Parts: sequence; structure tokens; C-alpha cells
Amino acid sequence: MNVIVAENLCKSFGSFKAVDRITFEVPQGEIFGFLGANGAGKTTAIRMFCGLSKPTSGKGSVAGFDIWKQPEQIKANIGYLSQKFALYEDLKVWENIRLYAGIYSVPAKEIGPKTDEILHRLGFTSERNTLVSELPLGWKQKLSFSVAVVHDPRIVFLDEPTSGVDPVTRRQFWELIYDAADRGITVFVTTHYMDEAEYCNRVSIMVDGKIEALDTPKKLKEQFEAKNMDEVFHQLARKARRNGA
Amino acid sequence: MRCFTSWPARPGATELNMKQFKAFIRKEFYHIFRDPLTMAILFLLPILMLTLFGFAITTEVRNTKIAVYDPSKDAGTMAILNRMEASEFFEITRELSSPDDIESVFRQGRIGLLVVFSERFYENLVHTGEAQIQLLADGSDPNNASVVVNYATAIIAASQQELISRTGGAMPYQITPEVKLLYNPQMKGAYNFVPGVMGMIMMLICAMMTSVSIAREKELGTMEVLLVSPMKPIYVILAKAVPYFFMSVINLTTILLLSVFVLDVPIAGSLFWLIILSLIFIFVSLSLGILISSVVDKQLVALLISGMVLMLPVILLSGMMFPLENMPWLLRALSEIIPAKWFIMAVKKIMIKGLSYSSITRELLILGSMAVVLIAVSLKRFKTRLE
Repeated sequence: MNVIVAENLCKSFGSFKAVDRITFEVPQGEIFGFLGANGAGKTTAIRMFCGLSKPTSGKGSVAGFDIWKQPEQIKANIGYLSQKFALYEDLKVWENIRLYAGIYSVPAKEIGPKTDEILHRLGFTSERNTLVSELPLGWKQKLSFSVAVVHDPRIVFLDEPTSGVDPVTRRQFWELIYDAADRGITVFVTTHYMDEAEYCNRVSIMVDGKIEALDTPKKLKEQFEAKNMDEVFHQLARKARRNGA
Repeated sequence: MRCFTSWPARPGATELNMKQFKAFIRKEFYHIFRDPLTMAILFLLPILMLTLFGFAITTEVRNTKIAVYDPSKDAGTMAILNRMEASEFFEITRELSSPDDIESVFRQGRIGLLVVFSERFYENLVHTGEAQIQLLADGSDPNNASVVVNYATAIIAASQQELISRTGGAMPYQITPEVKLLYNPQMKGAYNFVPGVMGMIMMLICAMMTSVSIAREKELGTMEVLLVSPMKPIYVILAKAVPYFFMSVINLTTILLLSVFVLDVPIAGSLFWLIILSLIFIFVSLSLGILISSVVDKQLVALLISGMVLMLPVILLSGMMFPLENMPWLLRALSEIIPAKWFIMAVKKIMIKGLSYSSITRELLILGSMAVVLIAVSLKRFKTRLE
């Protein structure tokens, strides 16, 4: 079953086509890398999938819900994490988990076990009552991810989740992503780090609002005769006309 | 291939989800209780402001130094001077020996009032029923001068009554103007400041704190996460306002208790209507805060705007500190759109003058419509910004 379906999806701001007829599908449980230079239209596309903005034209569905007609249902069935923290620094670790569980209507009796499970998985059991402001950056990042999927969403959108994080923590973060994918959560991730692109099941590369390439990292490297994803990306991004718009 | 368990679709938020709402409000209270600065603003500021205005910054005139030129020195002048000296407002520090000293005594600037009696004061009073007293006040501070003159006139009037009764009522009625100070016979500053401070604190807590706390979520990026969540934006905003509403009610209680038991300002009218009035004003302030936060994205900007756009007019144009009557028409017109002005006016009527609710229907209507319009505009603004 496809968790994300986009068919000729467009978003224009005046005459500027931020997203220009993108078409793709993401099956359940996949880790889908959504790459592109700054201003390529990634964020605009994610906003449409998250029910934050309406497309100009085209069709699309997320978790089986239409992005035109059912944004509220979509919101209830997705998780979201951006490069900014979702966590409240003046709340304790368990309070943050309970807050988001509450916002996503996780039944009250499940919140306790869920909290224990998350803390156990992260190895945070002793930090239950610690204020988030006292946690190291990497820990916050991992906790943010766990909080973003506290309600077991169909899909989680990660918008540059690892920017500014050290390589060790990034590695651990990706373990969490694999873990979530193993539980059947589809992962839609944007990143600047091309080594991370290699971790994805499939990767799409956006240039000037269009998807220029979409395949597994292995096939993309063959197709572009490149040693790594970094080269693939640069061959495509070189064509870009707009920059950081 | 991996095997997935069945995936129950979660219902979308179409109506108010109380559990969600409660979870969010609880979080807001954590923010408030864990921030020492917020706590100080919420609980110490009202007490501080009220005591400061009530006791320290006072417009009351006490122990004004007066000089006297009394060529008569008879029973009549003595009666008046004794009374003045006995009152807590005046202190006779100089007696002039000649009218030539009058100008110099003011130039030295040490006295606030000069009392000049006519010659043969008591004789004239008894025989012709007329005697002159001249009151000269230092007009460089007009407010102060008028207060001092009012006090002095009141004292003279009282002495006159005494003189009349001493002569067995045989003396014809005197024409000295008697200035009666309605509602606030002792001209206590607290009577004026309590309603003003009430308006200021409500505005501060509701508008400033709400706008800053919403701007904070935007600045930190948590607002983005909340907007992606199934919680409807309108409930995010309402949940933000609820804790500050409670805080304002607590503050209202503190202020009223302080003013009754510490500042001796009684609640002369209906407590019920005073509370209704305050609640409407709280709504107006809350929606102003939400409106500000829908325009700005930074805490500091929210703070500055609430400070400049809300607090300053409340202090300057609400009639709390400076009488509106003396202002140029432009400022007076501007004051009409300041919610605090109407609130303070109405509080004075109900709390100090003890008038019935019918006297504040105009204020209630104006504040009520301000609340409706502001809430509508700010919610609409908030919605459109999301698209």
C-alpha cells in the first residue's frame, strides 16, 4: 500500500512555481529520502503533504487521505520533526512525551507504558524527570524523534532532522529511523548530508521544483556513473537555475 | 518482507477534543510556574505596583508649608490659622510682617501657599458680614496648587461655620466659596490609582504575557510542530489564553483585597458588576495579546509592541495619571479607542462612587463590542496566516 501518492502536484506563488508537477509514490515502511538544494521546493512540498498548505493543482494523498479534502485526518496520522526542536525546554522528559501523546490523542492508559518504552529504547530511563534544557543536544534530537512518533503514525516527515548534529549522534539517530521503519512507520526525510542519502531505501532529487531523479541509491549511482550520492547530487544540482530562493 | 500489523486510522480533529486541550493547558501552566520572571510579573508586580502607587507615588498634598500675612491677629484669623495648623495638610512655617515680603517668599520657593488676611478681619466679619482672605498658591505645579487651594478653602469654610455658631447664628451667611470634594473628601490618591492600576495590570498580564508566550512558540519553532499536529490552531490559541485568564482573575482578587484591606479603598458599589466589568476587560486584553502575536514572530518584538502600543497609552491616555480634560482634542480622540480608559472610568463609577450598573452600560457596551471585534479579527488573522 502506498502511504504517499503525488500526481502532478503543483504549488505556485504568483508566477513562481515552487513545486512543479511532481509525481511519485512511497510504499509503507519505506525510508524515502527527499533531496534537493535550498530553494528546490522541498519544504513547500512537505507543507502540502502535512496539510499545512493547499496545492495549486494536482492530486495527492497521505496515509490514504486526500490532501485537498482531508487535511485534518492527515494531521492526525502523521508525525513531524523539523530541524528546530519540538521539545519544550522547561518541561521534563516525561512531560514532553505526555504532552505530545495528549495532543495526538493517545489513550490515557497507553501513555504510561508508551513513556517507559520510549525511555527504555533510548536508554534514558534515569532521565525521566530531567528538564529537557539539561539534556545534551544529541539526546534532545533522539528524544524529539521518539516524541514525533509517540502516536505510531503511518508516516513521519523529517525535515533536515540531523543538521548541526555530530556524526556519532547522526548514526544513532538513523538507528532510530530504521527501528521506526521496522515497526512499519514510513519515513519521509530531507537531508543535506549525502552519506545519509545512502541510508535511504529510495531517494528523489528535486531541482527547480521538479523531481529530476528517483530510485534506490545503488541504481542512481549506476545511472549517473557516480562513486557516491554526493556526485549524483552535484551532477543534478549543477543544472539548477534558482538558488536559495 | 516485513509484516505490519493493521493500522487503525486516527480520527481527525473536527471538534474540540477536551483531552488534547487539557494536555496543552497543563503545559502552559508548567511554562508559567517554572519561569521565575513570569511568576514575579504575575504575583509580585500587582502587589508592588499597588503599594507603590498607593503609598509612595502619591498626589496627596501633605504638610504643605504655608506662609501667613496676618495684619489683624484677632479671634477670626486665629480660628482659621489654628484649624490649618491642626490639619495634616498644612504647616505654617512663616509669618510675614509686611506685604512687601509676599513676592520674595514665593521666590525662595519654600512655601506652597500664602494666606493673606485683610485688616480688622474679625471686626469686618461680624459687622459687615464680609471679610477677605487671599489665597496665593504656587502655580508652577497647577495640579498641586489646585489641590492645596481646595484644602485651604475647605478649612476656611469649616472655620466660618464655627464662627457663625460662636456668634449665635446672628451673623449673616458668608459668601466664601465652598469647594466640596465629592466621593473622595480626603482626596486620597489611592482612590484614583486603584482603578488605574487594575487596568494596567490586567493589560500587562493578559496582553503582554499572552503575546509573548505565543511569539515564543513561533520563535522556538514549536508552533510549527503544533500546526502540523491535529490540534486546531484556534484551540492552540485558546489554550494559550486560558492560563493567563486564570492568572488575571487571581490578580483581580489580590488587587481588590489589597485595596480594601491595605489601602482602605472600599468597594462602594456592586461587587458582581465590578467582576463582570473586569472579566470583559480581561477578554479585551487577551484578544489584543492574540492580535499582537498574530503579527509578530519574535518575543522581543511582542514585548515592545505590547509595551509601546498598549502600556504607554494606558498610562498616559486613560486618565489614570493625567486628566484627559486638559488634553488637546487629538489626544482626547485617541483616548476614546483605549479600552483601559473605559474600564478605568467604569471601575471608578462602580467601585469608588458606588453607582449602580445602569451608570456603566455605555462602558460595558463599548468594552463588549471591542472584545467581540478584537477576538474576531485576531482569530481571522491567525487563520489566514496559516495558508
